[in-house]
Amino acid sequence: MFDIAATVITLAAVLVLYRAIKGPRVYDRALAVNIIGTKTVVLLALIGFAYGRPHFLDIALVYALMNYISTLAFLKYREMGRLD
Amino acid sequence: MIDFALLLFLVVCALAAIQMKDLLSAIMLLGSYSFIMAVVWTRLNAVDVAFTEASVGAGITTILLIATLSRTKRREMGQTVPLVNSVIYGVVVMLTSAVLLYGTIDMPLFGDPGAPAYQHVAPRYIEKSYEETGVVNFVTAVLASYRGYDTLGETAVIFGAGMCVILLLRRKI
Repeated sequence: MFDIAATVITLAAVLVLYRAIKGPRVYDRALAVNIIGTKTVVLLALIGFAYGRPHFLDIALVYALMNYISTLAFLKYREMGRLD
Repeated sequence: MIDFALLLFLVVCALAAIQMKDLLSAIMLLGSYSFIMAVVWTRLNAVDVAFTEASVGAGITTILLIATLSRTKRREMGQTVPLVNSVIYGVVVMLTSAVLLYGTIDMPLFGDPGAPAYQHVAPRYIEKSYEETGVVNFVTAVLASYRGYDTLGETAVIFGAGMCVILLLRRKI
């Protein structure tokens, strides 16, 4: 069960990776990378479930925050042209 | 199965980040590389390493690289490397990786209880650390008591690095 779910999610991440590499505009790439980060969070929750360690969910939450921070930095750079 | 898929994902991500001429896209791809790498670390049950990979690799490094990019150009310069140089680089990299792979042959299997790391000092830490240091958690005992000066030095290095980053990124007055 875990294998099937994990494989499907990895497949979804691979599909998105195609857009991240190919994506004509940089916004496509940003969105794709954001989605890959989300898939990572789900995968981490699944691994925590499979290993029987529910505190992985807290780590998954931190990953979601990290994903948000890098996207925020990217958008600020695109809008302002600088980060400071 | 899932491990092979993740490793393949990593290789594709790394190659795409190398090939990308637009440096902002390369940074984004490196961020996703770090996230997948963090999942691989979690699969190996190294949660703390995964945590560091996600926060440093995907979080801080992305921001620092974008900050660097905002001070320089976004496009890679159209510079061509001579063929002889690429061949030399390729041979050196292949030789180094062959030596590294040769070095992994003698390593014990993953999770092998007979590995030297579990035989030499680990039993002593497990049995004696509470008596000797009075710290309940023996990982904390090793880090903060047995290797206290080492940890102090590491903290000083990290503090120095943080100060350097602040000085470099500070707005010019």
